[in-house]
Amino acid sequence: MVHRLSGLALACFLPLHFLALGLAVNGEDQLDRFLTWTRDPVVKLAETTLIFLLAVHMLGGIRVLLIENLPWREGQKQLATAALAAAVLVAIAFLLQVT
Amino acid sequence: MNVRLYVLQRATAAIMVPLVLAHIALIFYATRHGLSAAEILARTRASIGWAAFYGLFVLAAATHGAIGVRTLAGEWAGIKGGRLDMLMWGFGLMLAALGLRAVAAVVLP
Amino acid sequence: MAAAIEVSIWRGKADGRYQRFMVPLHESQTVLDVVTWVQRNADPTLAYRYACRVGMCGSCAMTVNGRPRWTCRTHIAKVAAKGHVEIGPLANMPIIKDLACDMAAFFEKWQRAKGTFAPSRSRRDPIERISPTTAPRLAADAAIECINCAVCYAACDTVRWNADYVGPAALNRAWTLVNDVRDAGQGKRLAALAADGGCHACHSHQSCQEHCPKALNPIASIAGLKRRTVEAYVRGEL
Repeated sequence: MVHRLSGLALACFLPLHFLALGLAVNGEDQLDRFLTWTRDPVVKLAETTLIFLLAVHMLGGIRVLLIENLPWREGQKQLATAALAAAVLVAIAFLLQVT
Repeated sequence: MNVRLYVLQRATAAIMVPLVLAHIALIFYATRHGLSAAEILARTRASIGWAAFYGLFVLAAATHGAIGVRTLAGEWAGIKGGRLDMLMWGFGLMLAALGLRAVAAVVLP
Repeated sequence: MAAAIEVSIWRGKADGRYQRFMVPLHESQTVLDVVTWVQRNADPTLAYRYACRVGMCGSCAMTVNGRPRWTCRTHIAKVAAKGHVEIGPLANMPIIKDLACDMAAFFEKWQRAKGTFAPSRSRRDPIERISPTTAPRLAADAAIECINCAVCYAACDTVRWNADYVGPAALNRAWTLVNDVRDAGQGKRLAALAADGGCHACHSHQSCQEHCPKALNPIASIAGLKRRTVEAYVRGEL
């Protein structure tokens, strides 16, 4: 479920991401102003959430790829939890870095 | 979901694993060094490497996201048949168009 | 232990409701014992299914506290948190009455997934010798013990969300046949599996594997089917 919802959230976010980058078409100033906005703590929290969603979605996807293509292993539920924890760590690392 | 969509979904996922890792690393690098827009663009403009990397990323993400959204729309919103496929194509093409425009924005000299 | 336990049992069809009964508690009592007590002592109009009552036939499968299980193999002591148990019919199937659900769709999907054997020889041919140790036979034997109790089907999220999906049990059986060297219907079977609602609709949530009372692994079977259909697709056979 986490995998599904994070995927949906990312799918909603991507168009906005592309639009923001597209600002550079008009010159560096617009992109710079946008980047200034990203110093706002609320925005930083949103970015951290996005990094988390991306990491968790990817780790969930890797889990699916492993189940579907490698011989069966025991202990997969523990692996899934570990993957989730890893995603959280990645997100926290990002948050610490930008604050 | 049939075998063709399945293959595309899993293949784009596999392709994106290294791309996402590189992307996250790049974001860490850029934020750590506090790069400004000018500095970022100086590195990306007229770069075939960045064009290839992000061009591939955009196309893979657009395909993967469109198929994922198709599954969600079918299973949770009850959309079916021709409308479901149109939704998938519409979303996928929109993402691809916006994404490639963004890549062009940062790569073209 | 308390002398009695409160159970809520589903009555009616989809628009029914839970009805409460106080049932005397005994040692080693199973959920099936409780349901049987209610039908014999409290309300003879209660409809439910069972047969062997010893964990071999799968007929007594019901939803207990939200999880699909075999009621003859579920001790009340294990599920009676706070002295209350909720019993309902299996999910993902239309309710006929009370605890009995309509399994027609479950079996119809079995057919749709080509979970039936297509013979390659007639009775006039000599019996084909199959070694039990070849890789395909081992794969088939690991999944062959399914008795169609539909617990995996009731537990599956994708069955709930996708009316076309044939479900883990049908796919598990199809996998045993894909690995059966005597079977002559592989082409049609792979085509059926690769279509909409076939093996690719599975999202590997693993609910089926978690709930199977026989500890079978439909996810591994379905993963095998996915690989097999992809190989066929890449070779241009589909």
